[in-house]
Amino acid sequence: MRIPCPICGDRDRREFYYVGDAQIIDRPSPEASEDIWNDYLHNRDNPAGVTKDLWYHENGCNSWLVVTRNTTTHEVQHAELVTKLKGDGS
Amino acid sequence: MRFSGLKILREGLTGNKGWTKHWRDPEPKKEYDILIIGGGGHGLSTAYYLAENHGLRNIAVLEKGYLGGGNVGRNTTIVRANYFLPGNSEFYSHSLKLWENLENDLNYNVMHSQRGLINLFHSDGQRDAFARRGNAMINQGDDAILLDTEGVRDLIPYLDFEQVRFPIYGGLYHPRGGSARHDAVAWGYARGADTRGVDLIQNCEVTGIDISQGRVAGVQTTRGQISAKKVGIVVAGRSGQVAAMAGMRLPIESHVLQAFVTEGLKPCIDHVISFGMGHFYISQSDKGGLVFGGDLDFYASYAQRGNLPMKEHVMEAGMTLMPMIGKARVLRSWGGIMDMTPDGSPIIDKTDIEGLYIDCGWCYGGFKAVPASGYCFAHLLATDNHHEFASGFRLDRFKTGYGLIDEEGTGSQHNLH
Amino acid sequence: MRVSGKGLINRKNTVNFKFDGANYTGYEGDSVASALLASGKKLFGRSFKYHRPRGVLTAGSEEPNALITVGEGSFQDPNVRATTQEIFEGLVTKSQNNWPNLSYDILSINDLFFHFLGAGFYYKTFMWPKSFWEKIYEPFIRRAAGLGSLSGLHNSDSYEKAYAFCDLLVIGGGPSGLLAAKLAAEAGLDVIIAEQEPIFGGRLNSETEQVDGMPGSTWAAKTTESLKFMDNVRLFSRTTVTGVYDQGTFAAVERVGHHLSKRGGDLPLECFWRIVAKNSVLAAGAIERTIAFPNNDRPGIMTASAVRTYLNRYGVSTGKSVAIFCNNNAAHKTASDLLESGVNVAAIVDSREDSETALNVPFYNGAEVSNTFGRQGLKSINIKKNNVETKIEVDCLAVSGGWNPTVHLTCHMNGRPTWNDEILSFIPEIGAIPNMAIVGSANGHMDTGKCFESAQKEINALLKTFGKSSKTKKMPKVESTKFEISPKWAVEGKGRAWLDYQNDVTVKDVRQSVQENFKSVEHMKRYTTQGMAIDQGKNSNVAALAILADATGRGIPETGTTTFRPPFVPVSIASMGKNAQGSGFAPQRFTTSHAASVDRGSPMIEAGLWYRPSYFPQVGETNWRQSCDREIEMVRTSVGVCDVSTLGKIDIQGPDAHRLLDFVYTNMFSTLKVGKVRYGLMLREDGHVMDDGTTARLAENHYVMTTTTAAAGQVMRHLDFVHQCLHPEWDLSFISVTEQWAQFSIAGPKSQELINAVLDKPISSETFPFMSCASVGILGETGRLFRISFSGEHGYEIAVPARFGESLFRLLVSRAEEIGGGPYGMEALNVLRIEKGFITHAEIHGRITAFDLGMQRMVSEKKDCIGKTSASRPGLLDSEREQLVALKPVGSVKQITAGAHLFDLNDEPIRENDRGYVTSVGFSPTFGHFIGLGFFKGGQARLGEQIKMVDHLRGVETECEIINTVSFDPKGDRLRD
Repeated sequence: MRIPCPICGDRDRREFYYVGDAQIIDRPSPEASEDIWNDYLHNRDNPAGVTKDLWYHENGCNSWLVVTRNTTTHEVQHAELVTKLKGDGS
Repeated sequence: MRFSGLKILREGLTGNKGWTKHWRDPEPKKEYDILIIGGGGHGLSTAYYLAENHGLRNIAVLEKGYLGGGNVGRNTTIVRANYFLPGNSEFYSHSLKLWENLENDLNYNVMHSQRGLINLFHSDGQRDAFARRGNAMINQGDDAILLDTEGVRDLIPYLDFEQVRFPIYGGLYHPRGGSARHDAVAWGYARGADTRGVDLIQNCEVTGIDISQGRVAGVQTTRGQISAKKVGIVVAGRSGQVAAMAGMRLPIESHVLQAFVTEGLKPCIDHVISFGMGHFYISQSDKGGLVFGGDLDFYASYAQRGNLPMKEHVMEAGMTLMPMIGKARVLRSWGGIMDMTPDGSPIIDKTDIEGLYIDCGWCYGGFKAVPASGYCFAHLLATDNHHEFASGFRLDRFKTGYGLIDEEGTGSQHNLH
Repeated sequence: MRVSGKGLINRKNTVNFKFDGANYTGYEGDSVASALLASGKKLFGRSFKYHRPRGVLTAGSEEPNALITVGEGSFQDPNVRATTQEIFEGLVTKSQNNWPNLSYDILSINDLFFHFLGAGFYYKTFMWPKSFWEKIYEPFIRRAAGLGSLSGLHNSDSYEKAYAFCDLLVIGGGPSGLLAAKLAAEAGLDVIIAEQEPIFGGRLNSETEQVDGMPGSTWAAKTTESLKFMDNVRLFSRTTVTGVYDQGTFAAVERVGHHLSKRGGDLPLECFWRIVAKNSVLAAGAIERTIAFPNNDRPGIMTASAVRTYLNRYGVSTGKSVAIFCNNNAAHKTASDLLESGVNVAAIVDSREDSETALNVPFYNGAEVSNTFGRQGLKSINIKKNNVETKIEVDCLAVSGGWNPTVHLTCHMNGRPTWNDEILSFIPEIGAIPNMAIVGSANGHMDTGKCFESAQKEINALLKTFGKSSKTKKMPKVESTKFEISPKWAVEGKGRAWLDYQNDVTVKDVRQSVQENFKSVEHMKRYTTQGMAIDQGKNSNVAALAILADATGRGIPETGTTTFRPPFVPVSIASMGKNAQGSGFAPQRFTTSHAASVDRGSPMIEAGLWYRPSYFPQVGETNWRQSCDREIEMVRTSVGVCDVSTLGKIDIQGPDAHRLLDFVYTNMFSTLKVGKVRYGLMLREDGHVMDDGTTARLAENHYVMTTTTAAAGQVMRHLDFVHQCLHPEWDLSFISVTEQWAQFSIAGPKSQELINAVLDKPISSETFPFMSCASVGILGETGRLFRISFSGEHGYEIAVPARFGESLFRLLVSRAEEIGGGPYGMEALNVLRIEKGFITHAEIHGRITAFDLGMQRMVSEKKDCIGKTSASRPGLLDSEREQLVALKPVGSVKQITAGAHLFDLNDEPIRENDRGYVTSVGFSPTFGHFIGLGFFKGGQARLGEQIKMVDHLRGVETECEIINTVSFDPKGDRLRD
């Protein structure tokens, strides 16, 4: 499996660390309800098909990436820097 | 039909014409008392114990493919009761006891072989952690022996004790641990359930769950609508999709775990060996193939296949631990879909929808749990009470923080368990 | 028997080798199978279940019968296909799965009891008495089963792993593959072509077909030569592509040394390749299948194509008198080739009613072979036509039931092959592998002309995607014959008809599985073991499916196939696991003081990937405890030096650095004054403790964080997550500097004296109080000094750029020794911290909260932090949770053991009464007894109470008292002194 790092180009999966569903980049506010926090931390859509998940180019440029990927075919459609998605404030 | 050596003799002498079907192929009825979605190991054992322990007969198991086609048919066949946290200890202990009488209960040889499991450790810290585990096993009434290096060498002298990257300090030996013939477990339960009147319906995919006023009414399938008073979801890696039919979002992420078998070899590994430092475990099947596996590929997947990095990592672990297997050739590798939970422990519980129950989240430890999972899920379905040995497997533990069962201690990241 | 004038072998070079102790001679270019067949040998092995005598079935890697063991001792290699093992001078081989020998195998008695050993018999018996399974039945079954043996010794061969990248990977070097590679290479693509045989050419080397007016093998050799001269082509012979993975990744195994008697220099036995290809062409050919007729497994019965391969490639006639049994016209070539070579062809038996031949041989159309005779080698066959049986004497029967395209690789990403009625086979699903084209007979093209056409068409299409076009217009010329086939899967009759030869699965077994309702193809496979032998069903699956389809009344397409899974041919664990044998499994990390510690005789122990000194033995000390006790006393009374460089160090800079720290630690760091250090506790978002450590503020916007050795990587990842994913707006950057700084702990009452010996400007407790930090001059170089302690003593950590680490360590140790101190190791460090109740990952093992540690007050009320919300879940603050305690023995038993469980004094030690466990233990020479740390339910409220520690495993039961977690200097006066 290869991941198209926007900074480094196509790289072997070995260079990356995988966390899971990209939903965890949207952290609830500390005041949010326990249901929202429970959902954030534990529950997952877990789709059989296209998903967005979170990868870290740990043995590369240290970027966190949201990768659009198909869990059934393993097709990787796209990878985006999280900082770009979120806007780095600059 | 009762199986025995005598029966084989009689059939052999008369041309093997008398063998009958292991199970019927019934047409689905319009309505059942209980529907089990999923004809894998856990679904079949649930059906068996519903009939056997609770006397229920009007039950059907709905399987989208063929019986036993899920993870029960693609695993590394290890059976053990070496958990250490409350909630798990009593459950797996009960499961092992069921295994120990399974052939007799099912009149089917599932080749449960208690050849002993050895978990190796490689530092003082790991020894302490395994000592805690071993003592928990004995507290539970199971068996455990703490071996030092020489103790390990006596049992499995072919390990590389001299050069291995992580020196072998010793092992936790679980003599009652072992393996079984995986397919036979599914077939034995299927045959047992069928004999007791359960309808096993293959090629019947559930496409929807009918809910009326907060209560389950039945299911939609590729073979028509089927009504039911109670429905149990037992679909492992596919739990997310089936639960979504009932509007539920589960604490589960599905991952791929690969496993491997080599060409047949004369006996060379007589135990089940687990090398935690390298995420590697191995045993030898009765046919002679070395059966082994490692860790998840770590990315969510439904493809039932994995990639090279983990394959190579598993082989590397094997080579550092026991370089005598170098010349064994891997014949076949495969991947299963693992329903990973945030604490690595399963869920056997009711849902918010009345009459809808779920048994899932077995991560990659579901095989050994097949008997007790069915036993306890059947108890819940039949009595609406949690069985005492599975009372910790609640869905709400993540929300409340009570009774988390995180054996790995890796926290709420699903793929780390 | 050798046939003169035939074959691609080099008759000038004879080669001597051994099989089962006897000497044999062959020629360079021979396989073990061809050389033994040339010597007249028929019997090669024994089948798995019935131990039936078996010969050679094929001439390729799909061979199910002729399995041998190659080499001896730690080089021993079991289950090698005699058909692919090239002979070399001094090669030693032997047969396997027989006792006492190949000709007289005791277990062939199983064959007499076959009525009782049918499909799945073992599921129905061996159940009584229960205790007999592990003791009697299973050991017997295991001994009888299996094929070859591993040596039991550590593997002695060397292996290699390599990566390759290319525009186009051509899989298979037969006619289609060679042409595809040539066309692509001539257009400028970067091409790799992989061929599993030692020579390129595929079937061209086995047939008498002419290409461009020359023998096909000559065309193949010439084409191969021309490719060798091209810089953009890499030819991999003896290389099998074994698996297809995501995003164009392929696995391949190159057999580098299996054919060499002496491997010189660095040559490995095998190389495991990972090839990343933008595109691929599958030109893997097709595999001939047999027909299931009674006793079709006798030595001397082989595929028709194998007979031609032995004849045309190896110059070997597989019999004196050969018959052919087929359902297609392609097999007739066998007869003509044999006749040309002067071998008697006793009959062609063609099951097709309307078949014909121009050859002058006995011809039986609409007929079948109904039985065979000759236990250890074929002697005769029965031919049945119009219900009349004719017996003829033959010593070889060439069988062809058609050809199965080698679709396997196209199924590795879940592709499902489709049924083709014209060739009665499954052909690949196009598009199942992204960017893979399928050409030649792998795609069901059964004549060479069509193969060439398909290669040209696919390469032209591919070149377009590269913006290129083919420069070659002229195609190689061949004569085409249309492939004609009619179904003939099995012949009815008395006697067993084998499908899966190796696993002894017969037509009856498949039918019995249906009778028992194992109707799904997967059920049939698993119940009968059909296709689970080492050829993974390459020879037998399609026929078995046809039998299953017939028995269930379904069509073959509807019946479907089982899943072909990687690897295409079995791959050694050693090749895929290359590098790991010995110490190569994981990187080894060494501190700068490693050599100095080893010089002092310290045993180095693993700490994650690092190595750290366990203790520093001195003359007269006979066990580790003596050294450890001395080192503890040394630190408590004088000064000790310990390398702590393995702790993670993260340099954090920027105007928002303090925000990050406030957010990842439970406590405040924005309030930390410049020049000060603070201990911090870090949670995971789920509320459990991730790590702890100290962070120093070197300047307004400059911090240095330390992590534990174990969690360094995890914390770095976590900080990157928090910054990039949660707060990208923060202006800061950070980097791991673990490797850049060597850091030493200096602890003990004389630590200030020692530190001042190396500092350019001396410090005092007034100028540099507890928890201070500063940039300092150390013998003229710039370093960092922290006044922190993990021992409870007045202590420092001094950091210098790693290149000065070793010299500083040696200097510190020798200066320390001058004042009564010295180095200390991990054992002493551990006891020192236990005496102080300081935690490590033995305590923060992932299930522990700040609450459990009694550190709830460290979770600041004034701010949000990672894990704060989750840590406030009721279950994580329950008073019955297991809480950190320290223990000392108070009864007659003085031992405390880590991993023991804790109970109330009068409770039985069973799970229901379990109240906790011991995490860390050390013998404290300071107090003269063991001290343990552990967790106990509600333990913080039980201070001073007596409880019971039980270690079933070691047979220890100790009465303990719960004591203050800080045994030594509870007020911390010595730290601040």
